[in-house]
Amino acid sequence: MKSKNEFKMTLDGRSSNESFARVAVAAFVSQLDPTIEELSDIKTAVSEAVTNCIVHAYKEKIGPIFITVKLFGEGLVRIKIRDKGCGIPDVKKAMEPLYTTAGGERAGLGFAVMESFMDKIHVHSTVGKGTTVSFRKQLSLRSADD
Amino acid sequence: MSVRIECSGEAVTAYLDGEIDHHTAKGIREEIDAAVNTNLPTLLILDFRDVTFMDSSGIGLVMGRYKLLSPRGGELHITNTSPQIFKVMKLAGLNRLAVIDKGGRRVEIKK
Ligand SMILES: Nc1ncnc2c1ncn2[C@@H]1O[C@H](COP(=O)(O)OP(=O)(O)OP(=O)(O)O)[C@@H](O)[C@H]1O
Ligand SMILES: [Mg+2]
Repeated sequence: MKSKNEFKMTLDGRSSNESFARVAVAAFVSQLDPTIEELSDIKTAVSEAVTNCIVHAYKEKIGPIFITVKLFGEGLVRIKIRDKGCGIPDVKKAMEPLYTTAGGERAGLGFAVMESFMDKIHVHSTVGKGTTVSFRKQLSLRSADD
Repeated sequence: MSVRIECSGEAVTAYLDGEIDHHTAKGIREEIDAAVNTNLPTLLILDFRDVTFMDSSGIGLVMGRYKLLSPRGGELHITNTSPQIFKVMKLAGLNRLAVIDKGGRRVEIKK
């Protein structure tokens, strides 16, 4: 299926960009007239994936984060967030709730949040090469007459 | 993001303002912990009325404050959560660690 509208950006993996990344994606998706809840679900999932690139993939370094948002007909949204960081050795394990390699104050719930707030999530990762997280969300498409 | 702390008797209330993510969590944590360590409250109230966004970094923040309070018998209350914030907290099961109310209405009671 061909997307009707597409937005791409590359930004530095600095923690000060976390807010910008989620707001930029939400602003682009807004043209489909999502509900407030759908929009905050998307913002939250994007924030989780972008934060993981910064905290886990690049750790002490600053690397690029690649974000692609595609809007399809009938309110379908696809988002990809990619890094060229350390990769995840065992994706299945990494996605288990409460699993974290960071310790400290990380809850290990980022993937659980992404899974529950988006319709579908797919994680592709190669150790030493990087990680791509893909989301899919179907918006409810309210009638346009209000 | 900013934090305003109020102390009264045994309670410390932290009024959080802005967005809670990985970028802002550290500063919030330091301010709350400084107040907790000086006042040794039996009750810590985190007031979310002016919090406009929270992700799993906020979950870590709440869990961490629970771990700080609970060894000395302190309790954690969370008040005035917006629907987005309540959804994130509920998913994380924070209602099992703290009393959470959504804008004045108490919905979960700590055992
Ligand atoms: N982009 C990534 N690159 C490398 N490792 C990652 C990446 N994303 C996640 N991980 C690994 O997967 C684990 C789980 O991620 P998840 O987001 O669920 O929890 P967390 O980031 O550790 O904690 P939280 O998100 O609750 O603050 C991480 O601890 C890390 O080991
Ligand atoms: Mg995470």
